[in-house]
Order: sequence, then C-alpha cells, then structure tokens
Amino acid sequence: MKFPRLLRLALLLLPLAGALLLGGCHRDALPFKLTNISGHMPDLQFRLTDDNGKAVDAGDYRGKVLLLYFGYTHCPDVCPLTLAQLHAVLQKLGKQADDTRILFVSVDPSRDTPAVLHAYVNAFDKRAVGLTGSPRAIEALVKRYRASFTREPGGKDGNYEVSHSSAIYVFDRDGHARVLSTPGTPQGDLVHDLGLLLGAGASA
Amino acid sequence: MSRPALALLLAGLLCAGLAHAGAPVHVTASHAWIRVLPGGLPAGAYVVLRNDGDRAISLTGASSPAYGEAMLHESSRAGGMSRMTMVDALAIPAHGTQALQPGGYHLMLMDAKHPVQPGDTVRVVLRFGNGGTLPVDFKARPASAPGDQG
Repeated sequence: MKFPRLLRLALLLLPLAGALLLGGCHRDALPFKLTNISGHMPDLQFRLTDDNGKAVDAGDYRGKVLLLYFGYTHCPDVCPLTLAQLHAVLQKLGKQADDTRILFVSVDPSRDTPAVLHAYVNAFDKRAVGLTGSPRAIEALVKRYRASFTREPGGKDGNYEVSHSSAIYVFDRDGHARVLSTPGTPQGDLVHDLGLLLGAGASA
Repeated sequence: MSRPALALLLAGLLCAGLAHAGAPVHVTASHAWIRVLPGGLPAGAYVVLRNDGDRAISLTGASSPAYGEAMLHESSRAGGMSRMTMVDALAIPAHGTQALQPGGYHLMLMDAKHPVQPGDTVRVVLRFGNGGTLPVDFKARPASAPGDQG
C-alpha cells in the first residue's frame, strides 16, 4: 500500500504546486507597498523625442524599471522637489538602480526643447531622461494614464503656469504598469517596491 | 504759516515717511536657500521666518539684486494635480514661525541677471505688510538638494 499513499500525497500537494506556479507568473504576486495598478493601466506606449533629440518609443526602454512623471521645466518648486526625491530614492537602491530610468515627460513642449530638458534632467540624476514631442503625442500619453494638465495664465511677460498630475507611474522591465506613487507616500515605500521590481529580473 | 513752522511740518512729514519705510520688523530668518536650476530657469527660494513681535506680520513680497523678479507663490495639490498660485500676503503669527518650504509656500525667482551657481550666496530683500523690509542671504544649492535641507 506504499504507492497509493505517495499518490495521495502527490494529489494533496498538486493544488499547492499549482498555486506556486501561478503565483510565479502572475503579475500581482509581488507584495507592493504602493498602490498596485498591475492590470489596471495599459502597458507603456509612446513616440516622443528624448533630451538628445533622438526619436524614441517605449520599446527603447525595455529591460529597465521605469518611473514616469509628467512635469515642465518652468516649475520651480514641485517638479524639482519630485525629481530630487526620485534621485534620493535611486541613491538608496545603490548599484541596482542603474537598471532604472526616470522618464520626465514635459507637458510644456513649446518651451521644453530637448536641449533645455537635457540640462534640466541631468541636474538631478544621470538616469533621468527628458521626453518631449508634439502636443498631440504628449496628450496621448497623458490620457493613456488618465493623467491631465492645464495651462494657466501666470505673471506678466506672457508667462504661464501649468498644473499637472503629481503621480509617478512605475513600470516593470516589460513595460507593464505596476504601482502608482503619490507625493504624500513615504519614500521608503517606493524604494521597497522598486527593489521588488528590480529583483524580479527580466521576466518572460 | 511761519517759516519755522513750515520747516517743522516738513521735518515731521519726512520723519513719518522714514519711519514708514523702516517700520520695525521683529522677524528673523533662518534656513534660507535657493534651489538652482540650469539654464536660467526660475528657481524656488525657501526660508523659515520667525516673528518675535507681539503682532502678526505678513510677508507681502521680495526682491533681489540678482534676479529681475521675485514672486510669492504657493504650491498645492488637489485631486492628484499640482498647481502654483500667487500669494498676496503670508501671515507670520505673533511669537510664531512660518516656513517657506518645498511643496508649499516659496519665492519664485526669475530672470537671473548672472548665472547663479550652487555655493553662491544671494541677497533677497523680504517685504512686509507694515512697510518694513528684511535683507536675507540665501545659500544657492544644487537642483538635486533634498527638500528638507536647511
């Protein structure tokens, strides 16, 4: 009666093995601390121009864990604060953060040329990329992530201000949207979740 | 009106004018710094103001010899959006403090007359509601400076 007992044990373990297997490939399996948006936001997709003036699309950043943020360079307070915080987060991750990219998408393309963006993003972190493009291409990306921006008249000299979404969208190495970080959340949560995504390696 | 009386009146008016321009400001500033951005982009300036007076006083503006324009602004977040609005007056309570800090109240410095480099000291003159002024030296810090640094 030795064989049936083994069989019974195997039958008992089968669902467990199955669960483990499913867990292994299911995207929701990582114990994120931030708002989990896996499966609720579309994969990263865009056609823009990077801060070196090169035409790029989402495929150019496959293999990297991405932090997408909408902003503009004539924003002296919140955008620099956010980028400085992202720089601090990447510093905390150490060497493994070399596999991340901050994608700073300008919602003010008329003033944010690739050259302006280049100087701007590099003042914060060498892993930051400035992206600009046609108003239509930028709007498409903004809408894709249910973000928004509006232009508001500012001071004199034809200056204007832009209000914009404050969230940071995090994508895994395959371009899948995974977590959403908002300005109020503790920095440690983002460090934690990026660590999970970087540790997960290049899946699929 | 006699000549001496006229002179006295003029002197009195002059004194009143002077007193107004130099109204006492019982405010001290600390942790004053500027986040310098490349290419002459507008910069945010931050400072902690302490009012040792018995009356609340309000910050109404600023100017700097190093910048063409300085404006008092507030960043705010609502419904997942970040926006900046102009502020006419920011009250500093009697025997209290009010901080201008990243993500909140700040001075927006525009049109730098010469490139400002991290490490530079920049003089900014703060203007108050009672007509008084306070010159403060701000330390220029790099773009990536953490927000809580003083």
